[in-house]
Amino acid sequence: MSAPTDLTATQQIAAVRAGEMTSAELVDAHLARCEDDRWNSYLALNADAARARAREIDAMADKPPLAGVPIAVKDALVTRDLVTTSGSRMLEGFRPLYTATCVARLEEAGAIVVGKTNMDEFAMGSSTENSAYGPTLNPWDTGRVPGGSSGGSASAVAARQAPWSLGSDTGGSIRQPAALCGIVGMKPTYGAVSRYGLIAFASSLDQVGPFARTVADAALLLSYIEGRDPMDSTCVGLREPVCVPTATDLSGVRIGVVEELMGEGTDDGVRAAVREALDRAEHLGATLVPVELPNSRHGLSTYYILAPAECSANLARFDGIRYGHSSADTDNLTEHYERTRAEGFGAEVKRRIMLGTFALASGYYDAYYGQAQRVRTRIAEDFDRAFESVDLIASPTSPSVAFPLASRTDDPMHMYLSDTCTIPISLAGLPSVSIPCGLDAGMPVGLQLSGPAFSENRLFDAAHALEAAIGFDTAPPALEAAA
Amino acid sequence: MPRVIDADVVRHVARLSRLALTDDEVETMRAELSGILDHVDQIQSLDLAGVAPTTHVIHLENVLRTDEPRPSLSPEEALREAPRVAAGGFSVGRMG
Amino acid sequence: MSARAYEAVIGIEIHAQLLTNTKMFCGCALSFGDEPNVHTCPVCLAHPGALPVTNAEAVRLAIIAGHALGCEIPERSTFHRKNYFYPDLPKAYQISQFDEPICGPGRFRYLTEGGEKELGITRAHLEEDAAKLIHVGGDGRRAGAEQSIVDFNRGGTPLLEIVTEPELSDAADAAAFLRQLRLTLVQLGITDGNMEQGSMRADANISIRPAGSTGLGTKTELKNMNSFTFIERGIQAEIARQTAILEAGGTITQETLHYDPVTGEIHSLRSKEEAHDYRYFPEPDLVSVAPDRAWVEELRASLPESPVDRRRRWVADSGLSFEDAEVLAETRELGDYFERVAAVAPAKSAANWVRGELRAQLRERGQEPWESNVTPAALGEIIAMAEAREVSMPNAKAVLAELIANGGDPRAIVEAKGLGAISDEGELEALVDRLIADNPAQVQQLRDGKDKVIGFFVGQAMKATQGRADPGRVGELLRERVRE
Repeated sequence: MSAPTDLTATQQIAAVRAGEMTSAELVDAHLARCEDDRWNSYLALNADAARARAREIDAMADKPPLAGVPIAVKDALVTRDLVTTSGSRMLEGFRPLYTATCVARLEEAGAIVVGKTNMDEFAMGSSTENSAYGPTLNPWDTGRVPGGSSGGSASAVAARQAPWSLGSDTGGSIRQPAALCGIVGMKPTYGAVSRYGLIAFASSLDQVGPFARTVADAALLLSYIEGRDPMDSTCVGLREPVCVPTATDLSGVRIGVVEELMGEGTDDGVRAAVREALDRAEHLGATLVPVELPNSRHGLSTYYILAPAECSANLARFDGIRYGHSSADTDNLTEHYERTRAEGFGAEVKRRIMLGTFALASGYYDAYYGQAQRVRTRIAEDFDRAFESVDLIASPTSPSVAFPLASRTDDPMHMYLSDTCTIPISLAGLPSVSIPCGLDAGMPVGLQLSGPAFSENRLFDAAHALEAAIGFDTAPPALEAAA
Repeated sequence: MPRVIDADVVRHVARLSRLALTDDEVETMRAELSGILDHVDQIQSLDLAGVAPTTHVIHLENVLRTDEPRPSLSPEEALREAPRVAAGGFSVGRMG
Repeated sequence: MSARAYEAVIGIEIHAQLLTNTKMFCGCALSFGDEPNVHTCPVCLAHPGALPVTNAEAVRLAIIAGHALGCEIPERSTFHRKNYFYPDLPKAYQISQFDEPICGPGRFRYLTEGGEKELGITRAHLEEDAAKLIHVGGDGRRAGAEQSIVDFNRGGTPLLEIVTEPELSDAADAAAFLRQLRLTLVQLGITDGNMEQGSMRADANISIRPAGSTGLGTKTELKNMNSFTFIERGIQAEIARQTAILEAGGTITQETLHYDPVTGEIHSLRSKEEAHDYRYFPEPDLVSVAPDRAWVEELRASLPESPVDRRRRWVADSGLSFEDAEVLAETRELGDYFERVAAVAPAKSAANWVRGELRAQLRERGQEPWESNVTPAALGEIIAMAEAREVSMPNAKAVLAELIANGGDPRAIVEAKGLGAISDEGELEALVDRLIADNPAQVQQLRDGKDKVIGFFVGQAMKATQGRADPGRVGELLRERVRE
């Protein structure tokens, strides 16, 4: 039998239910890997509470559905009494007064939070290098980034420090790190999962979603976190329950291929791996149809107006009065605000706050924010039109594989380009999954499959069929070598 | 729309954002914002007359809460994370 | 140059706290005067990750208010974020409304002694109130305080902000409008309208221009006046200040001002911080409100008669004076009580009795008419008996006192206590003859044309009959006899 940490979440649940393993064993095995955190996946561990909860669940005759299986949670989700920083100095030592709805639902169902994962500060970044607590390293190559902003959640799952985890995705922050770490990452339809307790970056784009090593685990995890929440006005839940996918072929499935994302700007190796995956899809019975999303080329510009604008307001509450960092001994209010925020926020966060404030400022609103909202409409319309003739849309998740640490930190625009493939889908609020589809120079490549709003089940089915056909080994060779 | 990000614009936006910037940071910020806006400005030329702006991607209305009280935090809890507390309240220090 | 050379242009903004159980966007109970920070939660403390959810009752009250203000209720209404940093605003943005308010344009009619007037309502929108700042040390103001602390109990209270068109030119009209607006909202249960506690606040935008011109001068904003009298005086003072500046050849600065009711002076509230740029943008955490049209219509149809409409009707149809109507319309209960009395007695007499004798007698007990033993029917009976001269006025008041103290039926009280007027003409004549015989000096005065002395005789007659004599008839008989 393989090590408990090699098992998928579904297998771990089954093992506990079958009495072959205890929750305490699972929690201990994962915590042992978390405590030896070579990748800096975690910002905080919940060791004592997790062990106590495992013993509790082990003592239950009638076990909750998730049976005491561990989970890692992105530090953007608040957890009562468990330090939550969102990767920022601003929230160093902050102990939330409540738990995010999605985390509370998982705990209720018997999942055990082993720790909080590293991330780009306030989810702003594509490499997890913007964390105030040091970068997370890619388990496939510790000289490279894991992607971001949910880099810690991705590396924790890739490095077997948790069988699955929660991330949040605003412009690609689940899918891109999943691609770069060779695992499955899924962004649900906007409104499927409650944002209550997700520390907001850009409210109209933020969604919580699962990371896992299999599509089935990702679907299972989503089934527990989706659903209406009276605390989030924009949360409607999915229209039908999530089914754990079983599909093995793609007969009759029309897959739209975004040729624009398969050309210039995408690395050859990435393109080759994605092409190969699409060939497999055809073998499984899918029809490939070229689709055009003419406005998607404006996605990045639109996103870098809308998201910073929303963040400039969302992050205004960090003023050092009710919680968080507070500058000492200032003489007046303006100085208090300006110093507190200058000291608490990192460079990327400041940059985006500035950009967003500028885009909303008097005299600039119409040209920037107003215009971007209209482009957003056009981008969403492109997808609507495309889905009249295809069931799913495929593209690379990221134009490149994981890049070396510090290779893009001096060039914000270059870093932003990491999200070219994921951003248009975020702007349209659509569900999208990244599955590993091959390697480019030894580093994983992600295939992004996206569907119409609320088509999660169809998406999981297709991803599941392709996953089996691709047969990607999610175990990073570097991990085995280090072990 | 022609747009120049100069140091004064950066300082004005920094003040609106309540971010203290040193002169060096103003210059770095000016250069970085200009670079980003050079890219972002591509959407300025699009003719979008008659296109409705999108605030929400899903169509939803009338999500309302019934007017029933829910338990509040105890004052101790409410103040627990506050950097400075005085007289049962959140201290702001000297406002000047 | 005379003051008439200029005319004022005044617009009003009113903030009214809504009478809901809970805050605008969270379930914390509303309170006044509790210990600090006992009504807070992650939402109204703006903790990371917390989200607002709109209070349905606030929406309902706003729509009712809109109907009462004669406003359109648009098909769709949205929330915006209004961004500025201040310690009483925990998110550093206020959730308010911008281009799609819950209530669109309307007109509000109000009464003045000079006749009925109308003021355009620009809009009314929902928003959340700020928290309370307490400045410790110094004189209680921000400047010079050792520190300031925040109490978030009030933070997030639902507010309706009503904005009028700049159509007023007179401070007294502004006050009359505000009084009647307040009464309308209070009687509909929309706000408690308590201006001292700040549950209703008014700001005035004031400018002046040469009389007869149509342009607009530079306006100033007079902030947060907490009584109608101060509003009237404040506006007058500001008009005078602006007039003096213009007459001296100066220019008006656009600024925010505070009127000090104690000194009558106006101070600038300009802060050292630069002008605001609120960066309004649509609130992504909330969806739009699109009230069901049938429901909106139902709310309009079930609107009770407004105090202004009542007053107008009482004056036009029932012959009440401007002042009678104003007093009786002060509370819905008093107006209802008056109407029930007026159903069984002449309206004018009913008005006099209710606002006069009844309230005067009840005041000692701290009771209101509708809470007292005096049913409208019983008061109507007293009035009817008095008007028919079945009881004298003093005895009618005595019957009322007995009713207040012990309740009962007015006629039974009259009977039991023998308070009925003397109806036997012979008995009255004999009484008058006896008074003439007993008081020759006063009789002579009467003969000399000193009519005042009749009062003396009436007093004597009342004394002799324990108030049962009809004073009018006593006077008449006296004159007849003396003239003979």
